[in-house]
Amino acid sequence: MAFDYSWLIGGPQGSGVDTAANIFSRVSAKLGYHIFGKREYHSNIMGEHSYFVVRLSDEKISSNVNGANIMVAYDAETLIRHCLEIFKGGAIIYDSSVIDTTIDEIPTLEVGYKKRLLEFFKSKNMEPNVSSIIDLAKKNGVKVYPVSFRDVLANIANELGKPELSRMVRLFNILGVSFSLGILKAPIEPLLETIEDTFSKKPSIIELNKKAANFSYNYASAKFSDFQDSISNNGKSENTLLVQGHQGSALGKMVCGCRFQSYYPITPASDESEFLETHEILQVREDRPGSTSIIQTEDEISAIGMAIGASLTGVRSATSTSGPGFSLMAETLGWAGINEVPVVITLFQRSGPSTGLPTRHGQDDLLFAINAGHGEFPRIVYASGDVEDSFYDTGKCFNFADIFQVPVIHILDKFIASSIVTCNRFDPDLVSIDRGKLLEKIDGDYKRFALSEDGISPRSKLGLENGIFWNTGDESDEYGHITEDPVTRIQMMDKRQTKVEQIISLIPKEDQAVVYGKLDICIVSWGSPKGPILDAIEMHKQDGYEIGFIDIKLLHPFPTDYIKSLLIDSSIVIDIEANMTGQLASLIKENLLRDPDYYILKYTGRPMTCTEIFDSLKKILEKKAEKKQVLSYGD
Amino acid sequence: MATKLGDYKTQVHNDWCPGCGDFGIVNAIQMSLTEMQIPRHKAAIFSGIGCSGKTSHFINVYGVHTLHGRVLTFAQGAKIANPEMTIVAVGGDGDGLGIGAGHFVAAGRRNVNMTYIIFDNAVYGLTKGQASPTLKLGEQTKSLANPNSNYNVNPIALAISSGFTFVARSYSYDVRQLKNIITAAIKHKGLSFIDILQPCPTYNDLYTRDWFAGIDQINEETKKPTPRIYNLSDTGYDPVVHYSTITELNEKLSQALEKSLEWGNKIPTGIFYKNELITPYTKRITDKIPNYLENPAAKQKISKNGKSTTDVSDILDSLKI
Ligand SMILES: Cc1ncc(C[n+]2csc(CCOP(=O)(O)OP(=O)(O)O)c2C)c(N)n1
Ligand code: SF4
Ligand SMILES: [Mg+2]
Repeated sequence: MAFDYSWLIGGPQGSGVDTAANIFSRVSAKLGYHIFGKREYHSNIMGEHSYFVVRLSDEKISSNVNGANIMVAYDAETLIRHCLEIFKGGAIIYDSSVIDTTIDEIPTLEVGYKKRLLEFFKSKNMEPNVSSIIDLAKKNGVKVYPVSFRDVLANIANELGKPELSRMVRLFNILGVSFSLGILKAPIEPLLETIEDTFSKKPSIIELNKKAANFSYNYASAKFSDFQDSISNNGKSENTLLVQGHQGSALGKMVCGCRFQSYYPITPASDESEFLETHEILQVREDRPGSTSIIQTEDEISAIGMAIGASLTGVRSATSTSGPGFSLMAETLGWAGINEVPVVITLFQRSGPSTGLPTRHGQDDLLFAINAGHGEFPRIVYASGDVEDSFYDTGKCFNFADIFQVPVIHILDKFIASSIVTCNRFDPDLVSIDRGKLLEKIDGDYKRFALSEDGISPRSKLGLENGIFWNTGDESDEYGHITEDPVTRIQMMDKRQTKVEQIISLIPKEDQAVVYGKLDICIVSWGSPKGPILDAIEMHKQDGYEIGFIDIKLLHPFPTDYIKSLLIDSSIVIDIEANMTGQLASLIKENLLRDPDYYILKYTGRPMTCTEIFDSLKKILEKKAEKKQVLSYGD
Repeated sequence: MATKLGDYKTQVHNDWCPGCGDFGIVNAIQMSLTEMQIPRHKAAIFSGIGCSGKTSHFINVYGVHTLHGRVLTFAQGAKIANPEMTIVAVGGDGDGLGIGAGHFVAAGRRNVNMTYIIFDNAVYGLTKGQASPTLKLGEQTKSLANPNSNYNVNPIALAISSGFTFVARSYSYDVRQLKNIITAAIKHKGLSFIDILQPCPTYNDLYTRDWFAGIDQINEETKKPTPRIYNLSDTGYDPVVHYSTITELNEKLSQALEKSLEWGNKIPTGIFYKNELITPYTKRITDKIPNYLENPAAKQKISKNGKSTTDVSDILDSLKI
């Protein structure tokens, strides 16, 4: 059996849960474990509940499970929300000061949640407070370790002879991680190293944090020594990265030569732009340094307008946004379409409609990405399933944009953006750059929209001698001047539409969809459910069942013939996606005239776990499933 | 070889109404490009949507006819990516001060080195004469069912308070002054703005050529009309901020704002405000990216034999565990 362990840390937003989780993830990765971590938080800066779950394994994993083995709780709300998720034999370390808190004293519980909670307490004949839920966890076989974070901090302050430190509640982060590593008897060196890395920009606090870590690590290993679970050195691999979701596409952009990105701040997209800006100066082999212009604009309309303007100068350009921002871009997207401008829109989906669940996951923008903008024009909609894919796919999306001279919407989402994972070091040598028919020199008469067999005309750029062209959002002639001539209209519409066939025939099959296993019983999905699906398939394999999977990446234009050929012998087709209506399924119905036999959908805003998918697949295998199963795990 | 005025003209049929003020503006832009001898491939006209939006098709340099209200966004993106281009953005008053007003303000704050020209006819020409943001409260042009129920935007004052560093007004029938101001605007280091009073004979029956010429204001002695339009430079007005002192800056801003309020019997044109001491956007970039001007996005080589030349190994190393 593979080692499989999940650690949860929770507390009020702004209390440093993230820092603690990042340190824990890094330490575990240094110990040689594969990591999959996810961050859940409210649309709030301070006070609302947030938590982080990090799963470690000695085998490759790509999702979270339901529940956790061990939890660190900074506040009463974390205990209330997550206590009962801890597995039998697991442990809860919590701040003892919250033990007497009653449900009514926690102001951040939503009305509906609180009502359900009170009903639950009533049904169990329990007082609605923290201490009774802890008792219940104990009854379930979970070990609980109350510890006064304040007292520990005071002791540290004392030991260092610096009483003022006892007020530094920020150190609670380090305490939480160190207790966890202490109770799990992990070697301490990776923790101390990680502290150095984490605070390398603030050397003054490194020593302090290390002292605090040492103290609380020893405290836990001494006081919680009856707990048996442990993690140890697994032998780390040289070639492994620990990356956060937004870093994949950002690094992909740097490597593939994107040199302009405009954006308007929005969760969960802006982290990517900020990472790019942090690294705006780029090292270039055998050349002077390059740079990316990262422009924070006044709104998303400006963001896409600027990216298009930059692209007209021949620069690989992008904008990055989420649903609300993408909605604002719709009109301008059409302009890029009719003017055949290569531009990449990185769309980090979250839950809509409207502001929806602004910090939560969702895959409800697929059909919108395909249809956004009025009128008929070709575009590419392409999705990546995880961080590693997002690095390589970003380069592909820029190639598609250049080769076919179309806007490309590269879909990612909140699940990917706020996960932290170990993966193989990205290999820039695997990224090829193809700029299509972009010209560097022009002689003679030039027509930007010259009619051609493949619908793709040689492309000039602003500043190129003899390459003058006109663009207009109106229908235009070959030079780009306005026309309303019906014959030219047909020619130009047909010219642009020809690209659809080009796209389908020139994008390699393996980039259109990725096939896993035998497809008799076959899952179809797109984007980030990939990870939990692969893990769930693996779990079924161990039980002796084979389930296949098609990860469809090119969603528009839809690779109808290819997908049809893959599904031709499938007896059961199961659609899995994180939306309410099954948007991929509707594309399959429209294009293949085939309705998937089963749907597994989730639209709570929380990512799917492999446990949930495993369970739903099991019902299907046992022929006990309804046509549509709706998942709801997670807080 | 020197380029001639004709080189900057396209063959495209111009379908503006006879007598439209827009003609003078296109001519003046072409004259200015000729005067400065800007190579055709080094200049780009970006335009919005409206009668005015068609301008880019009549000028034989790169021409980008964008979307209603969005012209500044496209233009700034292009200029930042390729700072060697001479970029002139043009559009209607509805385009720039109505649907595009947010971009107008944001552009002022950025101060990208380019020129923005508004064709100010106080109506939405292309959609048949509705009130534009510069039409004054209570005024009723020909195709309005009722008097205008909105207060007007003051383009000069808005530009000044948004951070534009060159703010001028001109008149579309005074092509000579117009050309001179366009040239000065293009040469300005920073974002320049010209509000061009542009009679729309088809829909604006209030601000007509005759009205600007003052035919309703006959001088008792000379029996001649007293033109409304006058040139600030004829009055000893100095728009330039010479020193970086707050006192002088505030004086120059205040005098420009005060002048911007003058309207009615006398209407000032010319340069209201000019300040090259405020850093242009380029400088704000080179402060972070020292070689930006020598090696901007448009000049960077990104690949060799189809492979990336960007070296991210340092960043990848920092993510190594
Ligand atoms: C998003 C959008 N809304 C509305 C229109 C319709 N429209 C075309 S031109 C125009 C107004 C033009 O007025 P102005 O900007 O003052 O330019 P003018 O025609 O007066 O030069 C409008 C509203 C449009 N093209 N796009
Ligand atoms: S409607 Fe007015 S602005 Fe438009 S072309 Fe005619 S005269 Fe000129
Ligand atoms: Mg107008």
